[in-house]
Amino acid sequence: MSKTYLDISAVDMQFTRDGQTNPVLQGIDLQVQRGEFIALIGHSGCGKSTVLNIVAGLLQPTRGGVILDGREVNAPGPDRAVVFQNHSLLPWLTVYQNVELAVDKIFARTRSKAERREWILHNLEMVNMTHALQRLPSEISGGMKQRVGIARALAMEPKVLLLDEPFGALDALTRAHLQDEVMRIHAELHNTVLMITHDVDEAVLLCDRIVMMTNGPAATIGQVLSVDLPRPRDRIALADDPRYNHCRHEVLSFLHEKQRKVEPLHARAARPATMAERSAA
Amino acid sequence: MSTIPLNDSLRAPQATSSPAWRAFTLRTWKGFLTHGLPPIVIIGALLLVWELLGSRPGSALPSPSRVVADTWELIIHPFYDNGGTDVGLGWQILASLQRVAYGYTLAVVVGVGLGVLVGQSTWALRGLDPLFQVLRTVPPLAWLPISLAGFRDGQPSAIFVIFITAVWPIIINTSVGIRNIPQDYRNVARVVQLNGLEYFAKIMLPAAAPYIFSGLRIGVGLSWLAIVAAEMLIGGVGIGFFIWDAWNSSRISDIILALLYVGFVGYLLDRLVAWLGRVVTRGTAAG
Repeated sequence: MSKTYLDISAVDMQFTRDGQTNPVLQGIDLQVQRGEFIALIGHSGCGKSTVLNIVAGLLQPTRGGVILDGREVNAPGPDRAVVFQNHSLLPWLTVYQNVELAVDKIFARTRSKAERREWILHNLEMVNMTHALQRLPSEISGGMKQRVGIARALAMEPKVLLLDEPFGALDALTRAHLQDEVMRIHAELHNTVLMITHDVDEAVLLCDRIVMMTNGPAATIGQVLSVDLPRPRDRIALADDPRYNHCRHEVLSFLHEKQRKVEPLHARAARPATMAERSAA
Repeated sequence: MSTIPLNDSLRAPQATSSPAWRAFTLRTWKGFLTHGLPPIVIIGALLLVWELLGSRPGSALPSPSRVVADTWELIIHPFYDNGGTDVGLGWQILASLQRVAYGYTLAVVVGVGLGVLVGQSTWALRGLDPLFQVLRTVPPLAWLPISLAGFRDGQPSAIFVIFITAVWPIIINTSVGIRNIPQDYRNVARVVQLNGLEYFAKIMLPAAAPYIFSGLRIGVGLSWLAIVAAEMLIGGVGIGFFIWDAWNSSRISDIILALLYVGFVGYLLDRLVAWLGRVVTRGTAAG
């Protein structure tokens, strides 16, 4: 096993409001290798996004910390580019300018103007958006906006790419199409990716490991599933693959049997551990 | 010579009976009927009523025809200059516009600056908001005596009154705009690591621009409202003093003409700022 690239260790998160402290996350431990594609899955409100925001540096954990490539994370930065759920493109800038804003800032000193332009176009080409360079976000579809968001994040050359439910707001066909593109890009660039999702198929199709989170309050990692499916993966061929269906079943049973409610946590201990069940803690 | 084939894309302009030309005239005519006709009918009717009321013997106000006859010299010579305050209406309006330009520009700079401060800093908001809320309700003219006492001159006092009238809506709208910048945009700026100045120029101003411009639009309307009243009191060249002077010399027709000019210029100012806002905030509102 190679050395850990992204290390989330013993992270606790508490929010204090009106003098009342709410534990959101408790004892989150996750080690990610370079080039791994990880999904965080769990019911809404369980704190998946909080984990992602802590890795992004947008939130500071109450306890514990995050180390990326040997450096502690304590502020946001382009080495942890985020693709936000609602694309977060700046509506007054064109598609090209939205990527340019990031590229011009990050590579202002290291690359010439021509190189930066080349790099912006290269990344927009990667997501097939070169036909709409001068369009405003309001003039393109939701799927296209998300492509531009991905291009903007890729253009930052991040060490780890953070995807916050990137396809959640898209229709099923567009989502499938974008998932294929993300798989292609991952195969090409071997990025380390941390993706939040609540779509079981998406998690199994795209990821190397699926990290399943328990329900809050004080959510933690309940189970980690390795998806040992060969790449490149094809969604149609996989539909009949027993390993694929086994993984789906694992995740579904975690989400809908063990974590259906907050209360019956003891039911989880009573169940025998499967071969895919590996504690991350 | 109107036998041009239908599939001929190059239609001669003189072919007045071609389908395209007929469609064009029909559209123009329909446009006139729907948009041009209602105001013409209403204004015509009002002028007629005014004419009838004003032509009665012993009426206090002149009829429209009387106004035009009385002010004909002013209408055809907007830029005459006999020295002193005896200058054409064009000069009077320009003098007023100049004061508004000074006071309003100052209000824009100070208003946006303070709005950004109050929008960014909760401490500044808590400290300044009570002051804003009280001062903004002070009527423009109530500021005139105190500014005359301070500046000891009419010109800067008038400019100050414009400033103090226009600045409140600009401050308040700017701060609301800044407070309403979506967290997503702030996050994008943080991930890209924009510094304070870059954040101000690239995220904050464009994101708050629709709010800022609605403040600017209210502000320009208020300053034009205030200038006429202020000029009545400070004197000198300006449309406000022109109206006051006309009243003192019982030139009622001149007053009516000046009112039309004031209304028209105010309308143009409002349109100008609205247009500027549309150009600058291209796309922002559509999100």
